[in-house]
Amino acid sequence: MAVGSGRRWTRWVLPTYVAVVLIYLVSPIVVMIVYSFNNSGFKKVSFRWVGFTFKWYPRVFDKPDLTAALKNSLVVAGVSTVIATTLGTMIALALVRYRFPGKGAAEMVMFMNISAPEIVLGASLLSLFITFGVPRGMVTIIIAHVMFNIAYVTVTVRARLAGFNRSLEEAAQDLGAGPWTTFWRVTFPIIFPGILAGGLLAFALSIDDFVITNFNAGQVKTFPLWVYGAVKVGIPPQVFVMGTLIFMGGVILAITNLMLQRRKV
Amino acid sequence: MGKRLAPYMLVFPGGAWLLLFFLIPLVFLASVSLQTGNLFDGFRFTWHVRNYVDAIDRYRVQFLRSLLYASIATAITLVASYPLAYWIAFRGGRHKTTFLFLLLLPFFVSFVIRTLAWRFILSDDGIVLGTLKDWHLLPQSFHVLATPTAVIAGIAYNFLPFMALPLYVALDRIDRSVVEAAHDLYANRLQVFLRVILPLSIPGVFAGVLLTLIPAVGDYVNAFILGGTKTTMIGNIIQLEYLTNFHYPVAAALSFVLMIGLLIGVFAYARVLGARSLEEYV
Repeated sequence: MAVGSGRRWTRWVLPTYVAVVLIYLVSPIVVMIVYSFNNSGFKKVSFRWVGFTFKWYPRVFDKPDLTAALKNSLVVAGVSTVIATTLGTMIALALVRYRFPGKGAAEMVMFMNISAPEIVLGASLLSLFITFGVPRGMVTIIIAHVMFNIAYVTVTVRARLAGFNRSLEEAAQDLGAGPWTTFWRVTFPIIFPGILAGGLLAFALSIDDFVITNFNAGQVKTFPLWVYGAVKVGIPPQVFVMGTLIFMGGVILAITNLMLQRRKV
Repeated sequence: MGKRLAPYMLVFPGGAWLLLFFLIPLVFLASVSLQTGNLFDGFRFTWHVRNYVDAIDRYRVQFLRSLLYASIATAITLVASYPLAYWIAFRGGRHKTTFLFLLLLPFFVSFVIRTLAWRFILSDDGIVLGTLKDWHLLPQSFHVLATPTAVIAGIAYNFLPFMALPLYVALDRIDRSVVEAAHDLYANRLQVFLRVILPLSIPGVFAGVLLTLIPAVGDYVNAFILGGTKTTMIGNIIQLEYLTNFHYPVAAALSFVLMIGLLIGVFAYARVLGARSLEEYV
């Protein structure tokens, strides 16, 4: 009897529960995709379903200020990812390879940076800019994005560096390679997957960031800021189309990456 | 010589960036919170501690509301994602990666758009309520948007993966031979879960609660998009005071109180649960 009810629990109740939670997780995505085909006005998508249309896809860039916001997001994400990935990887190398006074403090700062609420990070950075009269714009957004991405890159790269075999580097140096050559010809190719993972995470966090950006953007609008600003006025269909295209792009990239990893193993 | 300096040279650029734009700004946040003045005459540092009294006095309700909403939402994410994480870790089998991928799928859509989609789902004449009203299953006046339910549901939705992932990591790490040993020693399924699996997964619960609760308390996107005038959270107030009213000192005082409050909460919580290093999970 006890065994029977236990079986039923795992065979039936648990999977149903899991399915419900997964549907809950995916439902807004479905809504976004469905509404990108809603045949309602150009100014705003109505909550009501009007009918199916493909017409918003060719017109995805017909809202100049929305397109500009998307461009800003891509520039910010691109630049801040390159900077944060470089700086974060350097810190990860130092933390994995060396024991040095101050290492504990550096780790503590990383941890604080990741666990601090975004609103405090955004508000304190804004306080600094206000105090020195720094005008807010693209530069301050990029400064902010590098600031919140460094620690994430460090944590990611560090995890991949853990099993690194240093004898390869020593062999290269025994064969007469200088430290610079050793790094680019031996170390970098080996740790590249880790750096790529860190960089992708940084890019994803940057392109999606709302809170910290909102505090330090001034009059500049990034994609999330533009959408937030349009919420009470009316969301044009282009927002859902862009969201859907970005989603599809991301998913295809991720699946390709997974397949490639599988093939290697 | 070079060997000794090498780690510092590697840490320096990133460390300097974090010092300048993360640690030092916290000092300026504190400094601004003690200033007096206004946007036109300028602000001066005057040790104006009254900013704190005023801030807490005026916005006590929003502080408590944020804590309440965030706590309820965190509890919901825990209840929703524990069975999910358990299922993936213990019964996922060959499809583990697929399930994890589904769990991460929301991250491929912008946070703001995800929340906006909930506004469409929950709207009075949207797919769900509109249909139910058309079928006369709900009264025409029924609404969910602008209520605490909508805001809490939105927060719970948006932070669910932050709870589920550390839970999954903790559950997946459990040594299967320990579970088998418990079975061999005639523990029934419930006992195995309560006496072996649950205690071993506590570090995951700890990390998940922190990763959900901290951002949830300070969140204002859900309250703005899904809420109304009666669901304002402390994040909305901080944003309003900083970016619309330019009452920098009050806004800074509010942020500082929020940060200190969360810090004290985290330390007390860590003490109670006697958690191991958190860094393993982030």
